[in-house]
Amino acid sequence: MPDIKITPLGAGQDVGRSCILVSIGGKNIMLDCGMHMGYNDDRRFPDFSYITQNGRLTEFLDCVIISHFHLDHCGALPYMSEMVGYDGPIYMTHPTKAICPILLEDFRKITVDKKGETNFFTSQMIKDCMKKVVPLNLHQTVQVDEELEIKAYYAGHVLGAAMVQIKVGLESVVYTGDYNMTPDRHLGAAWIDKCRPDILISESTYATTIRDSKRCRERDFLKKVHETVERGGKVLIPVFALGRAQELCILLETFWERMNLKAPIYFSTGLTEKANHYYKLFITWTNQKIRKTFVQRNMFEFKHIKAFDRSYADNPGPMVVFATPGMLHAGQSLQIFKKWAGNEKNMVIMPGYCVQGTVGHKILNGQKKLEMEGRATLDVKLQVEYMSFSAHADAKGIMQLIRMAEPRNMLLVHGEAKKMEFLKDKIEQEFSISCYMPANGETTTIVTNPSVPVDISLNLLKREMALGGPLPDAKRPRTMHGTLIMKDNSLRLVSPEQALKELGLSEHQLRFTCRVQLHDPHSDTDTLGRIYTHLKSVLKSYSIQHVPDGTVIVESIVIKVTSSAEEPNLKVILLSWSYQDEELGSFLSTLLKKGLPS
Amino acid sequence: MKLYCLSGHPTLPCNVLKFKSTTIMLDCGLDTTAALYFLPLPLVHSPRLSKLPGWVSKDGAINLEKELKECSGRVFVDSQPEFCLPEKELLDLSTIDVILISNYHCMMALPYITEHTGFTGTVYATEPTLQIGRLLMEELVTFMERVPKAHAATCWKNKEIQRLLPGPLKDAVDVWSWRKCYSMQEVNSALSKVQLVGYSQKVELFGAVQVTPLSSGYSLGSSNWIIQSHYEKVSYVSGSSLLTTHPQPMEQSSLKNSDVLILTGLTQIPTANPDGMLGEFCSNLAMTIRAGGNVLVPCYSSGVIYDLLECLYQFMDSANLGTTPFYFISPVANSSLEFSQIFAEWLCQNKQSKVYLPEPPFPHAELIQTNKLKHYPSIHGDFSSEFRQPCVVFTGHPSLRFGDVVHFMELWGKSSLNTIIFTEPDFSYLDALAPYQPLAMKCVYCPIDTRLNFHQVSKLLKDIQPLHVVCPEPYTQPPPAQPHRSDLMLELQPPPMAYRRCSVLGLPFRRRYERIHLLPELARSLVPSEIKAGVSVATVSAVLQSKDNKHVLQPVPKPAPVPPSKKRKRVMEEPPEVLNPKPLLSGAVPLEPFLAMLHKNGITEVKVEETADGHILHLQTEDVLIQLEEDATHIICDNNEPLRTALRDLVLRFLQKL
Repeated sequence: MPDIKITPLGAGQDVGRSCILVSIGGKNIMLDCGMHMGYNDDRRFPDFSYITQNGRLTEFLDCVIISHFHLDHCGALPYMSEMVGYDGPIYMTHPTKAICPILLEDFRKITVDKKGETNFFTSQMIKDCMKKVVPLNLHQTVQVDEELEIKAYYAGHVLGAAMVQIKVGLESVVYTGDYNMTPDRHLGAAWIDKCRPDILISESTYATTIRDSKRCRERDFLKKVHETVERGGKVLIPVFALGRAQELCILLETFWERMNLKAPIYFSTGLTEKANHYYKLFITWTNQKIRKTFVQRNMFEFKHIKAFDRSYADNPGPMVVFATPGMLHAGQSLQIFKKWAGNEKNMVIMPGYCVQGTVGHKILNGQKKLEMEGRATLDVKLQVEYMSFSAHADAKGIMQLIRMAEPRNMLLVHGEAKKMEFLKDKIEQEFSISCYMPANGETTTIVTNPSVPVDISLNLLKREMALGGPLPDAKRPRTMHGTLIMKDNSLRLVSPEQALKELGLSEHQLRFTCRVQLHDPHSDTDTLGRIYTHLKSVLKSYSIQHVPDGTVIVESIVIKVTSSAEEPNLKVILLSWSYQDEELGSFLSTLLKKGLPS
Repeated sequence: MKLYCLSGHPTLPCNVLKFKSTTIMLDCGLDTTAALYFLPLPLVHSPRLSKLPGWVSKDGAINLEKELKECSGRVFVDSQPEFCLPEKELLDLSTIDVILISNYHCMMALPYITEHTGFTGTVYATEPTLQIGRLLMEELVTFMERVPKAHAATCWKNKEIQRLLPGPLKDAVDVWSWRKCYSMQEVNSALSKVQLVGYSQKVELFGAVQVTPLSSGYSLGSSNWIIQSHYEKVSYVSGSSLLTTHPQPMEQSSLKNSDVLILTGLTQIPTANPDGMLGEFCSNLAMTIRAGGNVLVPCYSSGVIYDLLECLYQFMDSANLGTTPFYFISPVANSSLEFSQIFAEWLCQNKQSKVYLPEPPFPHAELIQTNKLKHYPSIHGDFSSEFRQPCVVFTGHPSLRFGDVVHFMELWGKSSLNTIIFTEPDFSYLDALAPYQPLAMKCVYCPIDTRLNFHQVSKLLKDIQPLHVVCPEPYTQPPPAQPHRSDLMLELQPPPMAYRRCSVLGLPFRRRYERIHLLPELARSLVPSEIKAGVSVATVSAVLQSKDNKHVLQPVPKPAPVPPSKKRKRVMEEPPEVLNPKPLLSGAVPLEPFLAMLHKNGITEVKVEETADGHILHLQTEDVLIQLEEDATHIICDNNEPLRTALRDLVLRFLQKL
């Protein structure tokens, strides 16, 4: 029985280093190839030795697909392709292809230049890796090889994020990557058609959360920023350079404009301007409103938001700073945090999810003393606010996507085990489909039951459809009869007559003749007339003809009456039918033996 | 399968394909050449145009001086320009299921088709096609509505009168079907019916047909279309280019194995080489500017203008003309320039990779930034105060009948220092210039048409090998002006099927198969038997389910068990319910093995008699006759139904069932 196998190497009951292996119809696909922010050792990358113990991956994988540019989805890509070894195609959308190498280079710099790690991928490896990338357009059907095709759908979440459908023959899998079912200030909502995949692999970051309306969250965010600035405090918003940052910038920009605020807003890395430029060039990937008005006013040209310089952090007075990275695990955001953490007037707003082990995760859990390098401890006095702005689907959104795609099975990744459990129950209850949540390295096998495509002769099909009528009767289904010819990998269903002709066979006629004796004191013609009347009343739905040459024909069964001169009242009824009318012939001979009603 | 041809114009096609149960319109091009019969619409009052004499027939019998004006011996209609629409009477437009658009030039008649006709279908186009098509329509509407005409001239259309008019007005055809431009409201309504598609996206139509757009290399988002079922494939090639300009290159391999290829939109200027024309364009432009004159380039607001700007961007500095200002004047100039920069996915590799840097794909962004290129919505407003001469002006409409170009013709036409350079191939430049004669300004004709030429197309057809080619009639003969150039026509084997306006072609198709799916349970229950080496057959008895043009075969449901309470006898008296067709039989019943079989089943007294065609077996104890022949078996058995059925089953054992 054909099946689909799915094994997460990362993101199985966890968030981070997303990497999922799919085997479908003899093809092997790797979905995402991410790194884990919570680790600095081997666990940082997916365990590729699962695929093969020694040597390169090229012969084991038909393609690699990257859903979006976040490092937990693409951070291990150069390691996988250049250090482990993979030369096959890597698919990603144009914006992802544009932005991914920049983030990889950033990641590399922090790891190698700042932390001094060796045995890490180099700039050249990033470049070589990107040469293997084939860009994907939305809704384009890409034929990876003769059998394997992939198609990308819009996922929201970040610029260029995509969900992918993977199809071999009639079997298919959809992988959502990270997605967002509600449009935000700069991106649209994820969308997929009713493609009925055998299995839908969905992220489940917010498996248990039903988030309140976006408007409320935005108002809350603005209120907190405003209050802090009013009392002279500094606001730190750790973000990733691309994505949430742009949404929050648009939000603050319009608020500053409306309220006529003067406190400076800074954006920390040199990437800002460049990042905004990507948004301008890939405006077709943003939401409807921005796309419609971009000629008049490009939303990504900010007036109030300026580039940040390291020295500004010590400036007196209020300010708002967007700094990378988003989980406070390294870099500029962590540096600024250290400077500002001691003052209760200040505030840090975490607008997204933080992986376990990061400073962000610790302070969100209320930790007030942090151990820093060199045994120093840091007192956290500033206010810590968490606001879920990261664009993941919440429980409601996940259910909505299931309704859209109508999968036959469901598989959850990219979430915490406990929360997944809850969502899994909910999905199984509401949709009556199986839901899986494998851990890393654990394989889920789904038996598919594909139907068999066959070429049917148009004559046969049309004849059947005409006979079946426009509204087939569900209680009395019509049985159609055909001959399936199997020749050189082709399967053709034709009428038996055509099959005989095509195969050069002649038909063998099988006939039956049966004589029934009957006492009937009438002339032969009258007896035949009485038989006709009798059959007419018994066989209501059959074609019965009384032919003037002295026969009654029921369908193709011939009935004649003879008598001998000696005994004119003893009639011999002659029935003759072919094998094709066997049931009716058998019935008629039995019926007539019982005599005619008087 | 039929093709209804609603337009005879080879580059502005409008055909309707009836394929399986669907009705598909391929493009709806608008023939704007009818506008050439009309007087230009000046933006600013033109004393010259208003003083043109009205037309009165020589004998004075017909006086149409209000409607017709004479200029340099030619007569023009003084009314809002009108366009020639696709044929509306050939078939009911409300029956059209979908419209496939190949590029933004081929959709300009869309509002005439989708509005006020009962059309309820969907239009498919790529995003650049939709956005730029919208701009071109918006521009057209603005051009017309900016200069309203109080009266519409209709008297001249009267058959009796038109007959007496001087040429070419006399020879204009179907003038009653000409229509004035649509409104913005109609444009918006028409475009709201567009569904966006990407290249290589497979779009299912009613489960019966699949359509797929492919890159055609001609303009931003331009596409050819594949229309196919599991067994038949029609390729629609419209406006394709193999030259490397800004759009994504043409996808050719997917056009292979077509049963029918509908070929439209070849180059209109087969004798001109676009690269050579570009060179001539630059040198004429430089010459004029150096002499202190201005250059007027009448053009569409999207398309070749991007390439012209890119070419000039490199050329002007090298020609030491770096300070010459370029002006692009159109109500949609800004939008067109902005939109061109955001369609990276639809551009050629070279431009695409710029976006990764990130840099704008077209250099006109830099021209704008450095103030070398300025764009204005019209000649009114800022332009009048900011413009410096000598300069280069890009503006529409290329017919010279409406748009800001009319003003520049009036302004610059009198000086021989100035030059007008025609780059768009859609209009005859002599006809376009007619209402401006006498003209002192220099005229240069550098038509740039990047679409396939006959040499390229014959090579393409050789590669993709369609079984049949359908094309507009003009492609099957040399151009009228060059009757000896047999290289400027399509010569194919079998010869192409030519169409003209109002043709209805039956396409050479014989559909023989349809796709059906056997449910896995049914497939598993089949018992194949080998008939000859490599060929197996299996008898399929199943229930057909057809829904949304998808067919599925299910196993025959098991009959519900007869409730035990019912008497058996009564059941017997009911006639057999369903006429389940029996399989056909094939093969022969060999005598000896059959006798052996009878023997095994206890029938031992058999008298065998040889006949001309076989044998007659007389089963003496049972008084049954069995005729065995090569292709037939006849069992004659009275009053013993169990025996008859037993014999039947014995015979069946020797036969194959189909």
